[in-house]
Formats: sequence, structure tokens, C-alpha cells
Amino acid sequence: MNGRRILIVGATSAIAEATARLYAVRGDALFLVARDARRVQAVAEDLRVRGAASVQTGTLDVADFAAHADTIESACAALGGLDIVLIAHGTLPDQSRCESDTDLALREFAINGTATIALASRIARKLEAQGSGTLAVISSVAGDRGRASNYLYGSAKAAVSAYLSGLRQRLSAPDINVLTIKPGFVDTPMTAAFRKGALWAKPEQIARGIVRAIDRRRGVVYLPWFWRPIMFTIRAIPESLFRRIRL
Amino acid sequence: MDDGLQSWGRYPTAQQSLLRLRDRFAPLPAFDGHALPRGNGRSYGDVCLDDGGTLLDVRGLDRFIDFDPATGVLRCEAGMLLGTILELLVPRGWFLPVVPGTCFVTVGGAIANDVHGKNHHAVGSFSCHVQCFELLRSDGTRRVCSLNENADWFAATVGGLGLTGLITWVELQLRPVAGAWFDTETRRFDRLDDFFELSETSARSFEYTVAWVDCTTRGSALGRGVFSRANHCAAPPTAKLPREGRLRMPVVSPFSLVNGPTLRVFNWQHFHRAPKTLQQSPQHYRPWLFPLDGIRDWNRMYGPRGFLQYQCVLPPAVARDGMRELLERIAASGQGSFLAVLKQFGAIVSPGLLSFPRPGTTLALDFANRGRVTFELLDRLDDIVVAAGGAVYPAKDARMSGERFRTYFPAWRQFEAFIDPAFSSGFWRRVMQ
Repeated sequence: MNGRRILIVGATSAIAEATARLYAVRGDALFLVARDARRVQAVAEDLRVRGAASVQTGTLDVADFAAHADTIESACAALGGLDIVLIAHGTLPDQSRCESDTDLALREFAINGTATIALASRIARKLEAQGSGTLAVISSVAGDRGRASNYLYGSAKAAVSAYLSGLRQRLSAPDINVLTIKPGFVDTPMTAAFRKGALWAKPEQIARGIVRAIDRRRGVVYLPWFWRPIMFTIRAIPESLFRRIRL
Repeated sequence: MDDGLQSWGRYPTAQQSLLRLRDRFAPLPAFDGHALPRGNGRSYGDVCLDDGGTLLDVRGLDRFIDFDPATGVLRCEAGMLLGTILELLVPRGWFLPVVPGTCFVTVGGAIANDVHGKNHHAVGSFSCHVQCFELLRSDGTRRVCSLNENADWFAATVGGLGLTGLITWVELQLRPVAGAWFDTETRRFDRLDDFFELSETSARSFEYTVAWVDCTTRGSALGRGVFSRANHCAAPPTAKLPREGRLRMPVVSPFSLVNGPTLRVFNWQHFHRAPKTLQQSPQHYRPWLFPLDGIRDWNRMYGPRGFLQYQCVLPPAVARDGMRELLERIAASGQGSFLAVLKQFGAIVSPGLLSFPRPGTTLALDFANRGRVTFELLDRLDDIVVAAGGAVYPAKDARMSGERFRTYFPAWRQFEAFIDPAFSSGFWRRVMQ
């Protein structure tokens, strides 16, 4: 499997960059979208040397909803169609600041939730028109249950996960797949401030899991796998108990 | 997960914070006090440590920038691992001109320590093949440095132990190869003199030469060992790809697995299993160039106190007598390790003010850290090296005195002027005392 046409939104994120490298080595064609033109250019140069058939770039601030359509159109035109789309942009909001600043909370929700849904809905229409393609979106284990430590982020990711679940049902054509990616703790610049323990994974490890899940046309993937039983357990805790613990 | 708090020798330890860099265009991040660039932490002593300071982790600067398949010129960010370059470009017919004994080092680290390989006699040190690089200083200035442009900064930064600023990107000249394999020839030798003769007769027709030396034997068997030489070649018709090394030292051994009895048994066996006369065999580059990379975390076998590497070079005129003296001293101490390497350096001048490689004979070996007895032995070895007019390799050092360092590297005075005022290292503070 090579020579595929791949669009990545949020391409300078650590997980997206590691994933793009795996596709570049396979000889795929990539269109990278990120906020910072210079940084996305650096990623593109790297992928070209690694063996990508071609790499083109575009800039987009996902909070600028009005610009979504043009970006997707230009990627489609440049690639001549979309075989795989990975939506990987995101921020990790400061939960306590979001509690005292509602405007900030809404802005963060827009980036991690609404913008992702807006992009997914436009791309879904493209895939539907083509009759084929994979839409893979990075959600999070944080979306499985709201927890005091990061429920603004969690609620945005919950919205994304629920949206993708419905989208997957709607687009149940044989050649179309919608993949929800739920990484656990990943050691990236987004989480630089955290102390790292045994549950933390490297972006390269998550990237291999993403490519495998896309190849196998999976619906939902927890990365690494052990987050599935962990989140199953956390979801199973009765609310009466959950409200009294801190996670 | 690597917290970056130790070097590969696991001695000494240091307390420092780690700041990760991912954007080569960005200015250096803010830090308190002093900082030091850090690659993959494969140097042995304290050149990659900065106790009480901040390490600027460049492993996130690991992007290729450009590769010209017509000329073999590669430009990449400084945190790129040598192993990644080989993995990608050997199948396209290009090889790094110089590699050290592990492929898990960054390009920036290879320049900062001006590393050398088994082909030093033929092609010189790593930095001889560096076309140019960009140096970012803590005051925000950026300089492209080469032999022609900012040549003084080039000479200071090459072998400059990361102290002159942060290298953001590097341009290297690669060399064409027919394939990923080596034609190797190996035989054992009974005496130190044989090593010198084999090295001399092999130097012209073999690009790579190296010897393992038995550091436990004395008397008539002093300096016996196994000599290997090789040239690049295409894949042999019967080539089987080596298995990816999956061995791993899972935990830190509670005591050093390298001690008197294990050492003698291993060395006796290693010597006697080697062929008496030259034996040819094709070998893939990975096991031939990077034998220890097959065992992950091998440094843990030396136990909780870690180990000290010692690598010195003696000038040609006194090399035979000096090496004999060093090996006698080591054998008499009963310390030392399996991993003892002898190599003849060539005459190609290293470009750095503080570069270690210079004409002569180099000996490298590990010593499990047994405390005072080990440090005393190394001081006695230093006595021999100083008397011979040689030098000790900073990248592998954790204990040489400042006085000795300044004798080995008289250019330190010129070098000092190029140090970034915000940069420092455990090594530098130690040898400036």
C-alpha cells in the first residue's frame, strides 16, 4: 500500500509529525496544514528527504472557521483526492484558568471541539462524494469521562468522540472509514509540564498505532491498548463514588 | 523514560532540569543560571552534564532538511541520530564518512566531541566531513560556520563540547558505497608488536582497522588480541540480514558483572575463539560497526556505581613503549574490561581547537567504578600519558585533573574566548579548577 493521498491538519504536532514520517517512508503524497508556516515547511522538507512522493503545505488557524473550506479545497485539488485525512491539531487548556475565565474556556472548546467537528463534517462530505477514504481524528481518553483535573478539554474531546461515532454509523459504506483515536498520556510538547510515569508513551509509539488502525480500518483505537481497560474501569465507577474521588 | 540526568557511564550524577527544543528557528528558551546543549547522552563522563543548570535537549530537532542524491551532501537538524541517517540513506548508496562505535549519537554531539571511527587513518575525524553548520548563541545571534566562513567559530565549536553555543543544523558530505556490507578480515595476534605491524601493513589497502586487546595478560602474552580490518562492499550473494538486536539489560545489576574472574574467562575465550590466520567474512554494517548497539542499555551491567571509560592517545614515536607500560599497569591492577580497543590514528589533522584525534596509537577501555582504587589507577595511567606527550579524550572522561587537561589541550586558552557566557558543563567547571 503506497502512493496514497494524505491530508494532515495540525501537522506540526508531535504525534502528527511522527505519523507523517511513517507515511513518507512508504512513498505517499502528503498535504500538511498547520498554523505556523515556517514550522510546517520544516516538517515538509524532512518528509521529502524521507521518501514522500510529494509534500505540499498550507497554513490554517483552526479557530478561523471561515478559512476551513478553502484549505480543504486546496488540499483536495493539490492531491487530486483524499485517501486518508488525519485531524491532529489541539491544545491542552489550563483547567483552572478555564474555570475563572469563561471566554478562554469557550475559545479552547472551539479549538479542540467545534473546529474539529467543523473540519470533520466538511471532510466527510468530500469522502462521501468520492465514495472512499479514511477520516482519522485524534480525540482522547479524556473524552471518556469528565474529570476535575481537565474537564474542559475532556468535554471538547467527548463532543468529538460522540460526533465521530455518529458519523461512522452514517457513512457505513464499504470503502469509507471513520477512526476515533484515543491516546492516553503522550510525552509531547503539549504535556511538557507534567511529570512522566510508567503510563506515558512516546509519539512514535502512538504514530505506529495510528497507522496500524488506519490500515486495519478500525473504528475506535485506544493508544497504547491498555487504556481501553483503564477507561472501561473509570467509566464503570458509579457517579455516587466518582464525585468523591479525584482523578 | 530518559530523564537526561546521567551520562552513559552512569557516573557521575547531576541535578539539572531539561528543556526540550523542537523548533530550530526559535530563540533559545529562557533558563536560570547556566545551560548546556544535550544530544542523546552517549558521552561517558560529565561533558554532557550540567549540575545545577539546564540541559537543552536537542533530540526533538531531528528533521532532515535536504539531501542531494547527485553529490551526497546532506543537511539535517543537529538532533538527528547517525543511525537514522544510515537507515534511510544506505539503501540509496550513501554512507556516513565517519561513525563512532554506536549509532545512537546525534550529529550535533558527533561534532561537539569531534568523534572518530575505525577509519580514522584513512579519512580523519567526523568534523573533517562537516561542510558547515549554524551556531545559535544565547544572545540570539546565529552564525553559519565552515572552514571559510566564521572559520574561528568553526574551529572552536568542532570538538568544543557544546560550550560555544547550540548547533541547530549541520551540512555533511556523505560518501558513496556499493552496499550495506563490509568485507572483513580477522586474526588474532600474540604480542603488542604484531598489532603495530598488522596496522601498518593494513593501513593502505583497508579503510577500517581496529583491534581488541586482552588487558588481563602479562609477560610474553602482554598485548595479545584480535585484529580486524575491512572495506565497504556490496551485499554478498548469500547475505542474510542480521537480526535486529532485541537483547536488553533489563535492570541495573546490583553489582558489576565485570570483575576479575568474569573478565579473565571472557578474554581467554574471546582470544582463543579468534582465527590464528586471517579469515575473511562478509558482515553487515550494523554488527561490524556497532556491535554493542545490539544489547540495549548494556551500561547497566557495571552495577549501581557505573563505570569509567578511559581513552588516550600516544604519539607515534613513543607509542610502542607507552602502550606496553599502560597495558602492564592495567593488567597488574586486575581491573579493566572486555571492551578494550586499540587503534592507529592517521595523520589527517582534526579541525577543532579541542579535537582529540591526533597521530599516534589510541587505547580505549572501561573500568567498573570501584571507587578509590579505580581513580588511583587512572591517575597512574595519566602519568604515563603525560610523560609520553599524549592526551585523554574528554568525551569519555569523568575524572582527569584540570592541570592534566590543560597539558593535553594547550589550545584551551584560545578556546575560552568562544565559550557562550550562558553555557557551562560539569566537565568544563572541573577542568578549569
